[in-house]
Amino acid sequence: MLLLSAIDPWILAFSLVTVLVTIWMGFRSARNSKSAADFFVAGRSVSVGWNASAISGEYLSAASFMGVAGMVMSSGYDALWYPVCYACGYLFLLLFIAGPLRRFGAYTIPDFAEGRYDSPVFRKIAVVFVLFIGFFYTMPQMKGAGTTLSYIFPGLPYWAGVVLVGAVITLNVALGGMKGITLVQAFQYWAKMFAISLPIFVLMAVYGGYGNNLGVNGDDKSTVYATVAGTNNVRTLSGITNIAPEAQIRAPLPAKAPADNIWLSPFGPLTTKAAKAAKLDNTKSRPYALLYTYSLIIALVCGTAGLPHILVRFYTNPDGAAAKRTTMWVMILIGIFYVFPPVFGVLGRNWMPTLYDGIGVNGTDGIVLKLPVLLREKYGVLGSVLSGITCAGAFAAFMSTFSGLLVSMTGALAHDVYGRMLRPQSTPADRMRMFKFAAVGIGIVAMLLGSLVENFEINFMVGQAFAIAAASYFPLLFMSVWWRGMTVTGAATGMLTGGLLAVGAISLTSWTTFITTQAAKFKSLGISEPTWFAMLKPYSLTDYWAARPLLRILCEQPAIWAVPLAILLMIVVSKLTASRVPTDIRMKMLVLHAPEKLGLKQEYIREHEAHGH
Amino acid sequence: MSTPFPAPDDHIHSESFLRSLMRRQLRLSVAAASTFLLALMGMPLLNYFGPELMSTRIGGFTLSWLVLGVLFFPFVWIIAWVFIRRSISLEETEVQEIDELRQKRSVKKSSVR
Repeated sequence: MLLLSAIDPWILAFSLVTVLVTIWMGFRSARNSKSAADFFVAGRSVSVGWNASAISGEYLSAASFMGVAGMVMSSGYDALWYPVCYACGYLFLLLFIAGPLRRFGAYTIPDFAEGRYDSPVFRKIAVVFVLFIGFFYTMPQMKGAGTTLSYIFPGLPYWAGVVLVGAVITLNVALGGMKGITLVQAFQYWAKMFAISLPIFVLMAVYGGYGNNLGVNGDDKSTVYATVAGTNNVRTLSGITNIAPEAQIRAPLPAKAPADNIWLSPFGPLTTKAAKAAKLDNTKSRPYALLYTYSLIIALVCGTAGLPHILVRFYTNPDGAAAKRTTMWVMILIGIFYVFPPVFGVLGRNWMPTLYDGIGVNGTDGIVLKLPVLLREKYGVLGSVLSGITCAGAFAAFMSTFSGLLVSMTGALAHDVYGRMLRPQSTPADRMRMFKFAAVGIGIVAMLLGSLVENFEINFMVGQAFAIAAASYFPLLFMSVWWRGMTVTGAATGMLTGGLLAVGAISLTSWTTFITTQAAKFKSLGISEPTWFAMLKPYSLTDYWAARPLLRILCEQPAIWAVPLAILLMIVVSKLTASRVPTDIRMKMLVLHAPEKLGLKQEYIREHEAHGH
Repeated sequence: MSTPFPAPDDHIHSESFLRSLMRRQLRLSVAAASTFLLALMGMPLLNYFGPELMSTRIGGFTLSWLVLGVLFFPFVWIIAWVFIRRSISLEETEVQEIDELRQKRSVKKSSVR
C-alpha cells in the first residue's frame, strides 16, 4: 500500500532533481554528438580534471555509496577492506596494466584480446565475460534502486522500485545511446561527493566526531544494550543500571547487533561467519577469518584491475602523461570519497541501531539515507533536506553505474555479438536498431535479476562481481602484457577456467544464502512457504557448509585459489602450445611497452595495413 | 607504400632493446607494488599476531581502524605519485637515448657520403 501522505516533499524534490538533470544531460550531450566517432574523440578532448571526475563517477556505485556504510554498520572493522581495496585496486591497474594497454590502442578488453592474439574467436569469449560480469555487477545497483525508492515512497514494494528505476535508465540508454556520457558521469561524481560529505559533517557536529563515536564502542559500562521495559533502567554489560536518556551517549543496541568488541576488532562477523556456522570457538575460528580476509583482499584488488566497464572509461584519455595524471586524480578523488561511508556506519551503529532488526531499506543498507532524518527532532526541516541530499546522491550512484554497465553490455551485444558474429554484413543503421533492442532486453533481464536479490547485502554482491573479474580478466591482462610466451589457447583456458570456477563456487554459497534469507523472510512476514520454496528448501546445503567451514570460505571468496590457478593454467597451456605464439610478438610487445614518442604504434598499424589487415 | 619498414638491425627493433625496456619498467612497477602489498598484506598479520597493539586507542580510533580507514589512502597516493614521476622520467630517458642513437647514425651516414 502506497502512502502518499508519508512522502517527505524535500526528499522527493532532491531525488527528482537528480534524476531529471541526469536524463536532461544525457539527452543534451547525445544531441550534440552525432557521429559514432564522437564517442571516442569526445574522450580525447576532455581535460584531466573532467576525465578523472567521470571515471570516478562511474566507479562509485550503489555499493560504494550505500553498501559500504551498511556493511561497516553491520559487520564492523572487516568491512573496511572494501573501501580500502576499491580505492587501492587502481594502483595495480596503474602499475601493471593501464600504461601498456593504452599504448596498444585497445578501448575494450575484447579489442585487446583480438589484437594481442590475432584471434576473432578470443574476442567472442571476452565478450561473453563482459556480459557475465556486467550482470553480476548490475544486481546490486538494482538493489540500491529498489531500496531507495521504497524509502522515498513508503509502502512501495521493493520490486516496484527496481522496475521503475530500471525502466527509466533503460529508456535513457536506449534513446540517448552511448555518446557523450562523460559529462553526465563527471557531474554525478561531484553530486555523490557533496551528498556524502555535507550531511556527515553536519551529523558529526551534532552527534560527535568519527573518533568520538568509535571511542564509545568498547566502553562496556556506558554501552546500553536495551531499555528495560516499563522502567527508566537500561541494561549494560555490567548489569542493569539507571542512566537517564539524556545522559546516554548512544542509543540502546538491539539483540541482533554484534557486541562492541566483536564489531570493533578485526576478524569479526563478516570473516568468521563460516567458522561460526560450524560452531567453532573464537580461537579456532581466527585462522579461517585470516584466510577469508586475504581472499577478499585479493579479489578486490585484482578485481578492480579487471573490471571491463572501468577499463573502458580509463582510455578516454589516450595521451601518455595525461592518462597517468588522470589515474592519480582518480585515486585521490575516490580515496577522499571512501573515507566518508564508514563514518555513516559508525554513527549509524551508535544512533540508529534499530536498523539492525530490519531488512531492505529498513536494514543497515539504508543507513546513509536514514541517518540524516535524526536531525528532524532537533532542527526540523534540516533533517529532511540532508536526507534528500543523500537520496539524490544514491540516485546518482546507481544511475551512473547502471547506465555505464548497460552501455557496455549493450555495446557488446549489438557490436560484437550481432554486428560481428550473427550478421557481419549488417549496416550501421541495423546495428543502431539492434543497440536499442539489446538495451531493452538487457534492461529487462537486469530488472528481473534485481528483484530477486532484496535479501543480499549490496556490498557483498559487488564483492562477488570483483572476484569473478579477478579470476578471469586480471590474469588475462596481466599475463598478456608482461609475458610474451602467452598463446591464445593458454589465455583462453586460464581465463575460462578461473572465471567459470569462481562463478560456480560463488553461486553455490549464494544459493544457500538465498534459501535461508528467504525462509527467514517468510517467517517474519508470517506467511506459509509456497510449494516451490518448500521443494527447494531441502537442497539449501546449509548443513553441508556447516560441516565444512574451509570449503565454504573457499567457495564464497574464491580469489585466493582462482587467481593463481588461472595464471598457472595460462603458463602451462601456453608452454604446451608454444608454436602458436603470434609471429610478430616482438613488435606487439614493443608497442605495449615503448614510450609513445618513439612512434612505434603508427609503424605497427602501417605494417598491419600493408599486410592487408 | 611511402614509408619503408625499419631495417631489422635498427636498435629499437632489437631483442636487447625490448628486453631492457620491459625490465626497467617492470622493476619500477614491482618495486612500487611490493611496497603497497607489504603494507596491505601485512595489516591482517599485524591484526592477527598483535591484537593488543592494534587495539591501542588514538583519539577514539583503534590503531588498526585509523590505519585502514584513514591513513591508508594517502599512503597509496604517495606510492602512485612516486611511480608516475619515475615512470615518466624513465620514458623520457628512453626516448632521449634512442634520439641520440638516431642522431649518431645520421651523422655517420652523411659523413660516409
